[in-house]
Amino acid sequence: MPDIATSFINLDAITILYLFGVGFVGGLVSGFIGSGGAFVLTPGMMSLGVPGLMAVASNMCHKFPKALVGAMKRFKYGQVDVKLGLILGVSAEAGVLYGAGIQEKIKATYGDAGSNLYVSVAFVVILATVGGSVLYDAWKTYRSGNANSEEKAGKLAKWIQSINIPGTMVYFKSINARVSVLFTIPLGFATGLMAATIAVGGFVGVPAMIYVLGAPSLMASATELVIAFVMGLGGSLKYAMHGMVDIRLAMIILAGSLFGIQLGAIGTTYVKPFMIKVVMGLIMVIVLFSRGLMVPVYLSQLGLIDTLGDTTVKLLKNGSFAIMIFALLLGAFIVLRAMWQGKKAEKLLHASGALEHGEV
Amino acid sequence: MAQSTTKKKPVAAMIVMGVISIALYATLLLKQDVINSTFAQGGWFALLPIITAFVFSYFHGGFTGHFWTVLGVEAARKKKEVK
Repeated sequence: MPDIATSFINLDAITILYLFGVGFVGGLVSGFIGSGGAFVLTPGMMSLGVPGLMAVASNMCHKFPKALVGAMKRFKYGQVDVKLGLILGVSAEAGVLYGAGIQEKIKATYGDAGSNLYVSVAFVVILATVGGSVLYDAWKTYRSGNANSEEKAGKLAKWIQSINIPGTMVYFKSINARVSVLFTIPLGFATGLMAATIAVGGFVGVPAMIYVLGAPSLMASATELVIAFVMGLGGSLKYAMHGMVDIRLAMIILAGSLFGIQLGAIGTTYVKPFMIKVVMGLIMVIVLFSRGLMVPVYLSQLGLIDTLGDTTVKLLKNGSFAIMIFALLLGAFIVLRAMWQGKKAEKLLHASGALEHGEV
Repeated sequence: MAQSTTKKKPVAAMIVMGVISIALYATLLLKQDVINSTFAQGGWFALLPIITAFVFSYFHGGFTGHFWTVLGVEAARKKKEVK
């Protein structure tokens, strides 16, 4: 553990504005797709001089109250399956603890570079497979012209819903079926494992709820906020017991992200469900390139390839961070644009409705 | 949709929540040295950042919610309920 007394950075107006701004964009994306932002916030805080562990802890301490506010907002829209969120959240907590243990072991054996390489490879592999599939699915929906129709559970989800294991069956309103908790436990665990590894459990949790359990995109992304709350609360307590949370950083990020998450949640009521998949898939695929850029840096630090020059390392690091920020901004842009268009269409609809009824 | 157009905007609630929120943030930043050293003690003191997060999210969350409503940014009126 770093010396806590000397770990608190000085906060000036620019730092506060920076954290507020990143918090806002991260919150906007989280409110819409259920997660996101952490992959920019943690390195963003570290770039300000915050020690890695404190950045992770402070990010987590802003995440659970943000997720709570977002979940409550989306609950009002009938999008949250609290039971599914809590059941997945508890198993996700176990995944977080297990994932943190793996991280510690890798760090102890291979050092920082080994740990970073593990995280980057996990990012690339998971984002390529899951992100690619989500994006492909969204593309297929768009091309088929069925973007407006109600989402149907896939073959895998239907098969899982058809299996009856006595004593383990639970009814979930989002799926409108009974599913064995023996299926939800590994999904929650994987979500937590990802949260501890790549900081964004939702990149596994949301697609798992959609494709494995058969939940609609809107409900999956909203329910992810419940999982994020449970995971974030447990994780924050764990870090706070060691005095690792910088509450100033957490609350400043929260200040921005609460503006964002409310807006993102409102945005979900204006878009077609497949837009959740578009935003999530796009962010995942772009972030994949960002992490991919860093792989040669860590390979070089471990001596597995020729040593890279300082300029090359700096270029790759800056490029990687810039791509991550781009991913988040693009996500935020799509959400705002979709919302703007939805609002415009709604106004037109009401105007024509009013004309028809002779109210104007 | 006459009902939604005549709905009163929660300006007073936004102001009250906003003032409390500003007071909380001002206290946090003005007393940051004391807060940092107390919260960093770990153990049972771990409850302090958690309680702080809940309190801030209640007041600031309330403020931001009313803020968008007052600006006219609200959920779609003809929203299809998802089962």
